[in-house]
Amino acid sequence: MTEAEIYDALADVARDVFDDDTIKLGPETRAPDVPGWDSQGNIMLIVAAEQRFGVRFRPAEFESLKNVGDFVSLIAAKRDGR
Amino acid sequence: MTTSFLPWLPAHESLGEAIRSSRAIAKPDGRLRALVRLAGYDRDVIATGKIDRLAGECLRALVEGGGPAESLTPLRLAILPSHTVDHLLPAIRVAGLHRRLALEVKLGGYGLYRQELLHGDEELGRFEPGLILLALDASAMLPQLPIGASEPEVESAVRQTVDELRLLWEHARTRYGAQPVQQLLLPTAPRLFGSFDALVPASPAALVERLNTVVAAAARQDGALVLDLAGQMPEQVGEQDRFDSVRWHQGKQLINPPFAPLYGDLVARVAAAVSGLSAKCLVLDLDNTLWGGVIGDDGIEGIRLGQGSAEGEAYAAFQHYAAQLGRRGVILAVSSKNDEVVARAAFEQHPDMVLRLGDIAGFQANWSDKAANLRAIAQQLNIGLESLVFIDDNPAERAIVRRELPQVAVPELPEDVSGYPARIAAAGYFEAVSLTGEDLERGRSYTANAERQAVLDTATDMDGFLRSLAMQLVARPIGLMDRPRAAQLINKSNQYNLSTRRRTEQELAAMLTDPAAIGLGFRLTDRFGDNGLISVVLARPDPAFAQNELLIDTWLMSCRVLGRGVEAAALACLAQAAGSQGALALIGEYRPSGRNSMVENHYADLGFKPTDAPADADRKSRFWKLVLANAELPPHHLKLEASQ
Repeated sequence: MTEAEIYDALADVARDVFDDDTIKLGPETRAPDVPGWDSQGNIMLIVAAEQRFGVRFRPAEFESLKNVGDFVSLIAAKRDGR
Repeated sequence: MTTSFLPWLPAHESLGEAIRSSRAIAKPDGRLRALVRLAGYDRDVIATGKIDRLAGECLRALVEGGGPAESLTPLRLAILPSHTVDHLLPAIRVAGLHRRLALEVKLGGYGLYRQELLHGDEELGRFEPGLILLALDASAMLPQLPIGASEPEVESAVRQTVDELRLLWEHARTRYGAQPVQQLLLPTAPRLFGSFDALVPASPAALVERLNTVVAAAARQDGALVLDLAGQMPEQVGEQDRFDSVRWHQGKQLINPPFAPLYGDLVARVAAAVSGLSAKCLVLDLDNTLWGGVIGDDGIEGIRLGQGSAEGEAYAAFQHYAAQLGRRGVILAVSSKNDEVVARAAFEQHPDMVLRLGDIAGFQANWSDKAANLRAIAQQLNIGLESLVFIDDNPAERAIVRRELPQVAVPELPEDVSGYPARIAAAGYFEAVSLTGEDLERGRSYTANAERQAVLDTATDMDGFLRSLAMQLVARPIGLMDRPRAAQLINKSNQYNLSTRRRTEQELAAMLTDPAAIGLGFRLTDRFGDNGLISVVLARPDPAFAQNELLIDTWLMSCRVLGRGVEAAALACLAQAAGSQGALALIGEYRPSGRNSMVENHYADLGFKPTDAPADADRKSRFWKLVLANAELPPHHLKLEASQ
């Protein structure tokens, strides 16, 4: 899966989780930019992303993410390391 | 995601698409109907959230337009948690839709349950919850004890915790008028020893188990209910699906988000049971459901049932489970495409049949379609189609029944019959809030009723039939003994129920402490047996009416005894009781609930005259009056017996 594909797939996941078809994700997107992406929404997004990408995030990894760009890199690294 | 948390619900070909297209339905009631149907499909937490958002919009629009959807029973549920439950609320509401409830859910403050219950909370008071769920976890409930604490020390700490819970339940009832539901503890702590934990009274595993046992005993005594999450996992769902320590550390989620649909359903089925919406009757197919093979082709010797083969044992085990359900009060019926004589012969002659004809209250074996048979069963037993759960090994038959009769619950089944009992249990359609003597007698009573019906079918003269039943009606003031069954009827009866006012057992007791109030319970016996407590009438003075008039607050009757003249006989008893305490007139009220149209002419038929509604009455209610002095009471065929 290329980074571009991960962006697309993650945007799909976010649209599904936050029930908003207009969501677009870029490297600089942060939680406050997306309506519904609060602490509860965040956990739901993690759960859905874990299912979608077949990976498991550690809490520490997730806490250090600053934006969607970091998230995509983390997913890519996890998938490579599987 | 592959794990299905709701395996008894059918899979939808494209649920996401169906949810999306429901938005195109313009009218909120039509859209809500579509969403209620979608709530009946296997769904993950995300799809569930989407259904919840859309259904919430519809329900709000309907309430603004003058009342909730007719097919859904409104119920307000307050959840007082010690752990995060926000992510579970959509799943609770959507499961409610599938179980015919319009649930309004309010969340108490995280960890504030003591304060909210003991000292009161204005907002919670205004919410007027019907149900309060105490969703507590081990961190809030488990006593802190050294691992070497002795058994008496553990026992005393457990008692102290449970005494506090009982106080909380009491406050839920008295302060908010709500039925308390206590979530039992989940064993989430890892073992300290291993098997030996069970022998150490203060080990976390032993403590959780002991606490749950004592909580359940206290709840039984106090009339509280429990939410038991541990004992009710469908096959292929494991503890690791329910609790994820990462989610606990991340957000104090005791329940892993993907598990939410199942948690929501476990809550909703208790709420449905409290609202009298649990199913009442298990309808069974025969060929390849109760036995292996087709009896019409294979003959009675050819079907596979009972000892001798694993397959035969599995069918016998399933029959045994159905029989057990029958003994706890679930009505059993048969719907099968078969020759009736051949089908009955299996019950009468096969030595390994666990179920016997006497266990089956409604027997429909013929070549009509299943939907017609299910209608006939509902009609014969005088219960609604929504009280039926239909079990058929054939996926096509299941799909047809779902399409023809969406009110009937039709669980998906595993391929092999050995999985049927667990699947039916997992589906949770028969959740209960009490087990009364009447439940234990019911199977027999419905069966006797079927025999009465058979007599009636052949009798030409109705009066003669009624006389031949030698019926006796015993009217008794509702006392301690009859209260649980009376409360059960008050909360379950839908069709023959004039006012549909629900009351808990405690509320009923409180109402009857007024010496001017009359609470009568009626028991009916006839030559086929004892029908048990079958009717409840409550009357009381009401400020909206004159002092010497009694308002009939509640009048309900079990539909099992329809057409027997019980209502006329009950009126005679009520008139007598009212007259003897100086009342001059009875006021009847008919409150349409959407499900009780069968009694809209109840008071007119009994000789009451229409009267004006008081100013503050329910807008849809209609009122009737019967002046007791020289009233002409309708005739009946029952021998009356008043008993103290």
